Amino acid sequence: MSDTGAAIAVEGLRKRYGDVQAVDGVTFEVGRGEFYGILGPNGAGKTTTLELVEGLREPDEGTARLLGRPSWPRDPALLARIGVQLQTSAFFDKLTAREQIRTFAALYGVPAARADAMLGTVGLTDKAHVRDDKLSGGQAQRLSLACALVHDPELVFLDEPTTGLDPQARRNLWDLLREINAAGRTIVLTTHYLDEAELLCDRVAIMDAGRVLRVGAPAALIRELGVATLEDVFLRLTGREYRG
Amino acid sequence: MSAFISLSRAMTLGLIRDRSAVFLTLVFPLMFLALFGALLQDDGVSRSTVIQVGEVGVLDDMSGERLAELSDALTVRRTGALGPALEDVRGGDADAVIWEEAGRLQLRYSAADPARAGTVVGLLESIVQTANVAATGQPPEFELTIGQVEDESIKPIQYLAPGLLGWAVATGASFMSAFTLVNWRKKRVLRRLWLAPVSPATVIGARVGVSLGLAFAQTAIFLAVATVPFYGLRLTGSWWLALPLVACGALAFMSIGLLVGAWATSEEAANGAVQVVILPMAFLSGSFFPTDDMPGWLRAVSGVLPLKYLNEAVQDVLTRGEGWEAALPTAGGLLLFTAVVTAVAARVFRWDDT
Repeated sequence: MSDTGAAIAVEGLRKRYGDVQAVDGVTFEVGRGEFYGILGPNGAGKTTTLELVEGLREPDEGTARLLGRPSWPRDPALLARIGVQLQTSAFFDKLTAREQIRTFAALYGVPAARADAMLGTVGLTDKAHVRDDKLSGGQAQRLSLACALVHDPELVFLDEPTTGLDPQARRNLWDLLREINAAGRTIVLTTHYLDEAELLCDRVAIMDAGRVLRVGAPAALIRELGVATLEDVFLRLTGREYRG
Repeated sequence: MSAFISLSRAMTLGLIRDRSAVFLTLVFPLMFLALFGALLQDDGVSRSTVIQVGEVGVLDDMSGERLAELSDALTVRRTGALGPALEDVRGGDADAVIWEEAGRLQLRYSAADPARAGTVVGLLESIVQTANVAATGQPPEFELTIGQVEDESIKPIQYLAPGLLGWAVATGASFMSAFTLVNWRKKRVLRRLWLAPVSPATVIGARVGVSLGLAFAQTAIFLAVATVPFYGLRLTGSWWLALPLVACGALAFMSIGLLVGAWATSEEAANGAVQVVILPMAFLSGSFFPTDDMPGWLRAVSGVLPLKYLNEAVQDVLTRGEGWEAALPTAGGLLLFTAVVTAVAARVFRWDDT
C-alpha cells in the first residue's frame, strides 16, 4: 500500500446514531488526481460518510484508507497531507482573513508568506484586514477553502462548498476548484447541486439512506439510464420523481 | 511561527478584541477596586460629631496637642443655640450635643446607633476625667500607655485588593475557558483542529498559557492601582508568592469554565452561567467584604469554595507577611480541585452541539 495506490479506499463503512443508520455499508475508491463527487438528498448520509473517511469520527464498522494509511485512529502524519473544508466555516473568533489563514498555516508548519500568497490565489488580498464575520458568504467560503489548501495537500475534502452562494460566487469557486484539480490534487466534494457535479466531477457516487446507489462518470450514468441530465439520473435512482 | 505561538496569538487577539470580555475581566473589577477603595478609606468607623453649645470649659481649654490627638475620632462643631443642635442629634446629623448649665456639663446623645453612642459617651467621659485629674494638681496614679499595632489592623485595601483580584481572576479564567470551548464547538474549530496535525497538548497548552497571562496581567494592574498612595496598599516581604497562587487559582477556575462550557450551548449562556457560579462565590469568599461576621452555616458554605482559600492565601502573602507556609497548602488544594473538576469536565465533554 504505497503512494502508488488509490487516493482513497473505503470499505464497508457503517455508522449508527441512536436509531438512525446514518451510513450503511459504504464502499468506494477514488483515484489519484480524480475529482470525485458524493451526491444525495439532504439526510442521505453524505456528510457523515465524509467525516468517517476524513477520520473525524470512528466508524462502527469498515475502514477508510487515505493515501495508503488508515484515517482512524488519528494520524498526524496523514493529516499533514490532507486538506479539509467543513460544512460550517471553522474560523477563530474576531480574527481578520489574513490572521485566520496565517494561524491555519502555522498549524501545518507553513510560513506566513505562503499563507499570504494563498489569500491572493483565492482573490482575497484586498480583504486581508476584514474580520471573518464581515466577509460575504462567497468570500468566507473562499477563505475557508484557502485555509484548507494552505499546506498544499495531496487530497482535499470539501463539504458542500457552494451551498448558500449566489450564482457568480459559485462560478467563481468552480473555476478555483478546477485549477486546484488541474494542479494534480485529488478532490472529493459533497453537494446536492447536480449541475455542479455534472460540470466538475470526473465520477460521482449517488447516495441515499446511507448507501451508495451508483458510481460512475456523469456522462456514462446519463447514457446508461437513457435520460437527459444528471438530475434525471439522480431522481431515477433515489426514486423521488413522483414524490410531492 | 510554531503552532503553539500562533494559537496563543489567535486567542490573545480574540480576547483583547472582545470588548465585553475585557470589560468583564479587567475594567469591571478595577472599577470596584477604585470605588470601594475610595469609599472605605477610613477604618470602617468614621469620626463622631459633637455639637458644642456656648462655652464648654473642658473642650475650650484643651491643649492643641490633645486636640490633634482627638481629631482622629472626634469633630467638634460650635453653635449658639441648643434647640437646633438637639434637633440635629435627633435627625442623625450629629452624634451628641454638649453644653454647660449651672456649672454642670450636659451631654445628650442619640441611641439610634448604640455603638456610636457608646464611643461618644466614652470619649467625653474620658475628657472630663482627664480634666478632673488635672484640676487636682496631682500626677495621675495610673497611667495607660497606648500604641498602635499597625500590622494587625486590617485596612480595607488590604482585603479589598486580594479579594477583588481573586474575583477578577476567577471570572477571567472561567469565562475564557468556557467561551473558548463553546465558541470552538459551535464554529467547529474543535473539529477542524482535530483534522490538523497539531497535538491536543499544544492546543490546551496555548489556552492555559493565555489564561495564565491574563491572570498575571490582572495581578500586575491590580497591584499597580492598589499601591498608589491614595489607596495605600503596602506589600509585605513574600508578596511575589501571590503569583504562583494566582496561577493555581486560574487553573482551578479554568476547570470550572470547562464544566460550564461542556453544558452551555451559546457564548451568552456560558457567560450567564459563569456569573451565576462566580458572583455568589465571590460574596461568600470575602471578595467584597470580610466574612468574619457571617452566620455559621454561611461560613460552612464558604469553607468549600476555592475562591475563599485563594483570597485568604493571597491576602496572607500580600499584606500579612506570611510566606510559603501560607501559600503551599492552598496552591496544592487548588491544583487538586483542578484535577478533580477537569476529570469531571472531560467526562461530560462534547465535540458537537448536537
